[in-house]
Amino acid sequence: MSSNSVSGKRELRPHVPRNFTRVIVICLVLLGLCAAASLVLGSRLVGIHELLDGLFRQDVDSYGANVVRKRISRTVFSLMCGGALGVSGALMQSVTRNPIADPSILGVNTGASLFVVCGIAFLNISTANEYIWLALAGAAITAVFVFGVGSVGRGGATPIKLVLAGAATTAALSSLVTAIMIPRSYVMDQFRFWQVGSVGSASWSAIATFVPFLIIGVLIAIITAPALNALALGDEVATGQGVRTGTLRLIAALAGVLLCGAATALAGPIGFIGLLSTHVIRLILGPDLRFVIPMSAISGAIILTISDILGRLLGSPGELEVGVVTAFIGAPILIILAMKSKVRSL
Amino acid sequence: MKPTHIFQAEQVIAGHDHKTVIKGVSLVIPSNKISVIIGANGCGKSTLLKTLARLIKPASGTITLDGRSIGKIPPKQLARILGLLPQSPVVPEGISVADLVGRGRFPHQSWLSGWTKKDTEAVAEAMRIMDITELANHNIDELSGGQRQRVWIAMALAQQTDILFLDEPTTFLDITYQIEILDLLTDLNRKYGTTIVMVLHDINLSARYADHIFALYQGELLAEGEPSKVITSTLVKDIFGLDCTVIKDPVSGSPLVLPKGRHHVSGLND
Ligand SMILES: Nc1ncnc2c1ncn2[C@@H]1O[C@H](COP(=O)(O)OP(=O)(O)OP(=O)(O)O)[C@@H](O)[C@H]1O
Ligand SMILES: [Mg+2]
Repeated sequence: MSSNSVSGKRELRPHVPRNFTRVIVICLVLLGLCAAASLVLGSRLVGIHELLDGLFRQDVDSYGANVVRKRISRTVFSLMCGGALGVSGALMQSVTRNPIADPSILGVNTGASLFVVCGIAFLNISTANEYIWLALAGAAITAVFVFGVGSVGRGGATPIKLVLAGAATTAALSSLVTAIMIPRSYVMDQFRFWQVGSVGSASWSAIATFVPFLIIGVLIAIITAPALNALALGDEVATGQGVRTGTLRLIAALAGVLLCGAATALAGPIGFIGLLSTHVIRLILGPDLRFVIPMSAISGAIILTISDILGRLLGSPGELEVGVVTAFIGAPILIILAMKSKVRSL
Repeated sequence: MKPTHIFQAEQVIAGHDHKTVIKGVSLVIPSNKISVIIGANGCGKSTLLKTLARLIKPASGTITLDGRSIGKIPPKQLARILGLLPQSPVVPEGISVADLVGRGRFPHQSWLSGWTKKDTEAVAEAMRIMDITELANHNIDELSGGQRQRVWIAMALAQQTDILFLDEPTTFLDITYQIEILDLLTDLNRKYGTTIVMVLHDINLSARYADHIFALYQGELLAEGEPSKVITSTLVKDIFGLDCTVIKDPVSGSPLVLPKGRHHVSGLND
């Protein structure tokens, strides 16, 4: 076998996107900047001394230092939540081979919210640990339902049909959420974010509950990425390459539901992160899921954290829930993608 | 030279959902040869190919590779012996030629080993055989139909299987590209001994390029054998319902089917 003839002029590296190193460095720098900005910015701007005191000196008890301390858990949570939603979006897009799949567009996180709100209202549930399991059940059931409705009729689950099924389900489920919350002011006050999504009230113990789900979900996503690459060429090619498509879809979908369900349990239904983060990365790095999946975690974390900062700045002196901000950014992008995918689907 | 394999189907019945399409087909694929499946639209050629390539599970009957049922061979292991290019694969948006060809390496990779030198060599070789090395860094969307088809075949070649199934690899291509693809596949067979099984629509090109013909009619194998024996005016009448004259192709010496419609039939009344 002689490959000399090819390696001459152009280097053949089909396995790594050419700009990968640059992209990953830029993304990590952005991630750091976002985290820093999230600690500093908000309805109260903290100075550098207060920031350092809050971060490193537990003994200092100034107001600014305490603001920073509060913002640390919020920032950590928003980074993790954004990462989970980004990877979840990438998984759902791969499983459905549909470019506009995203937990919020498929109604999955509204389903998760509804279950949690029901749990609070009817079962007196009140710990993050319990929310998570309810949210996962809600997410899974909604995913199956929406995908089932979207697949009815000719052509299977086309992007447009899935979006319609998802939108209808979201509308129905969020009106249920509202109906349950309105007569119960105690639910309303404490958990208003279950309607729109917010990362503001995350406690360290909630974050600790979240971590294992995040790790398992992301690990599954990374491990299944090469097989999902094959699936992207169609079920027939994938089977021909030795992929058990049914098993793969099930595992990847479970991981997607795990990630978005756990994120929703603690933050409420935050929309469009899966959509935005994956498409930015695809645009820059191309369609190879071995890169798209981990990088969507980073871009999702960045986008959600920036949205949260924006919400704090725009809503000052109060704050705008992050779910409102992501919907504002995400909705126009969804429309553009939906128009494009009429012509071609993933 | 690729090793010899015994690939065999016995009394295979298969179809889609509740519809039986393949009604009891038994065949042995000639190893290290080019076989072509011919038949009218909707007679079940694609279904047969998919069933043989384990994309469709047969309702009954057995399909074996070297004596082992293909359903019992671990899928990735089978994918290193048996490759398939379906009629309409999906193109991921924005993928480059080299990346798409590289996707063919999936069955040879494990998660831990990642991309190896062997993978790079296989991709380079497949692109060289299909003459698309120059296109390596182009986006698939920029290519013509003929170039794109060569990229897909290169992906199947990168899989480095001993047996290759192709469903209509020349559809939608100009006659020049059709010949080019069929020549490249013949090179592949002659040089490496790759067993090729394909569905072709053009009966004359089938007669010219096949070592062995499987003639399918309504889900049953009506005739098989080398083209000069199998392709006769009777067979064409039987499987396509078409009157024709079969002469010797002056270029290749293989049978040449000259269809007789209701118009433009003059002289030559045999
Ligand atoms: N996915 C499917 N679901 C249900 N029926 C199918 C499916 N694919 C094919 N069929 C039916 O099975 C029969 C055989 O189809 P098949 O595609 O095997 O024919 P073919 O010989 O390849 O035809 P063509 O020359 O048009 O490619 C047809 O009647 C077709 O309608
Ligand atoms: Mg066909």
